[in-house]
Amino acid sequence: MKKYTEDHEWVLLEGDMATIGISEHAAGQLGDVVFVELPAVGAKFKQKAEMAVVESVKAASDVYAPVSGEIVAVNQAIVDDPAKVNADPEGASWFVKIKLSNKAELEKLMDAVAYKKLIA
Amino acid sequence: MTDSAGLKRTPLHDVHVALGAKMVPFAGYEMPVQFADGVLKEHLWTRENAGLFDVSHMGQAFLNSRLPLGTDEAHKDVAAAIETLVPGEISKLKKGAMRYSVLLNEDGGILDDLMITRPLRDDAQGRLFLVVNAACKEQDFALLRETLSGRAELEICDAHSKFAGARALIALQGPKAAAALETIAPGVATQAFMSMAPNEWKGAYLIVSRCGYTGEDGFEISIREESAADFARALLTHPDVKPIGLGARDSLRLEAGLCLYGHDLDQTTSPVEGNISFVLGKRRREEGGFPGADRILKEAARGPKRLRVGLQPEGRAPAREGAEIQSLDGEKIGVVTSGGFGPTMNAPVAMGYIDAAHAKTGTRVHLIVRDKPLAASVADMPFVPHRYYRG
Repeated sequence: MKKYTEDHEWVLLEGDMATIGISEHAAGQLGDVVFVELPAVGAKFKQKAEMAVVESVKAASDVYAPVSGEIVAVNQAIVDDPAKVNADPEGASWFVKIKLSNKAELEKLMDAVAYKKLIA
Repeated sequence: MTDSAGLKRTPLHDVHVALGAKMVPFAGYEMPVQFADGVLKEHLWTRENAGLFDVSHMGQAFLNSRLPLGTDEAHKDVAAAIETLVPGEISKLKKGAMRYSVLLNEDGGILDDLMITRPLRDDAQGRLFLVVNAACKEQDFALLRETLSGRAELEICDAHSKFAGARALIALQGPKAAAALETIAPGVATQAFMSMAPNEWKGAYLIVSRCGYTGEDGFEISIREESAADFARALLTHPDVKPIGLGARDSLRLEAGLCLYGHDLDQTTSPVEGNISFVLGKRRREEGGFPGADRILKEAARGPKRLRVGLQPEGRAPAREGAEIQSLDGEKIGVVTSGGFGPTMNAPVAMGYIDAAHAKTGTRVHLIVRDKPLAASVADMPFVPHRYYRG
């Protein structure tokens, strides 16, 4: 099940691995994305640590790790063509895959219904 | 008009909202930062077609000679008055010509940048039309009133103005701006760059200036508030014209190498440091007689300690306002004052102040972004060549 953070990241759990990206709402608010910086594979993050950067023409935004863990894959396609983030933020334009170190952290995140309420 | 948050609204407010604008607070006004297309597309549209910008938040005023209007003497009189505050050659401006200039403090720092226009009409000689920044307009007008008290009268274009009335200001910018405006205000297509001429639309008196702040050909049209929304709607029916928000206005002017007051120019920066020495008129350089002339003329002769330069980051990461500029050996040598992504350049662009010793084009520097050095080099401006109308 997809979960969301207050900082507009999404997390999709598959086994002990999670795919992470920014929400459609966040991508819309940012506007046209022109630059993405992703962490290195193997880097470890604590929950809520700054993990990636996404910049639009207007501004730079940090992307925070929604859960603690180790980066096992990054999506080079969005680094090469940042506009892809706007095209499919909750699908093909994921940011990183992370190996969770504490699955319990997921429980505190919002489900889609609660997130919709937050951004309404 | 004012909304619940105490923000003022321009006469185009309803036009923006109907077009799906995202409204944000800016200089005390509720202004459109972008429309549905977004900053990137709006920017590119303006470079290819024509963009309509609401700049009604800016301050408009006439400075009037105390002499009877309609004579060259009256122009010389009001020009001499404003020349006590600006370093430009205003006295010799031709009828209908305009100048970019700066209001100076006693230390030679810039209080604001502004446009000064000598009217075209014979009966208006002795007036100067001023357009100043929104965030500075109250201080600017107070300064003009106080300093020039007894020498000239300031008539702000607001509800109290009998002559000009409360006026909106609409910019139409881009290579197709002239053709689009020509369809509803005939005569503008052949108007000279940096000139102003009266025009008319459905009985509304237009003050049309061929100028702008995007680096493209274009116009700024001053019109009475009550006619402004209909005029904007009429322009927007043209297929080449789209509404453009403040976001793209900023990226367009950045690529054009133009200063944003409060960021690239402020009360501590002189015109020489700001790399806008062209505002110093030839006679004024010889005679002085403007605030801060000692410092400014010294800097003009010997070179300033720091200089505003263009900065071209390598790679894709933008460096934004506030980023420190370091030499390759890690010494702080300046600061970025404007920066972001240039959609036409399809690359990050920035400008900032750098120690004069490092200001040479091509000098390699580091911009400190998120605590990491980003490789960049000092670059010539404009980043995107100006395409002004040259007849």
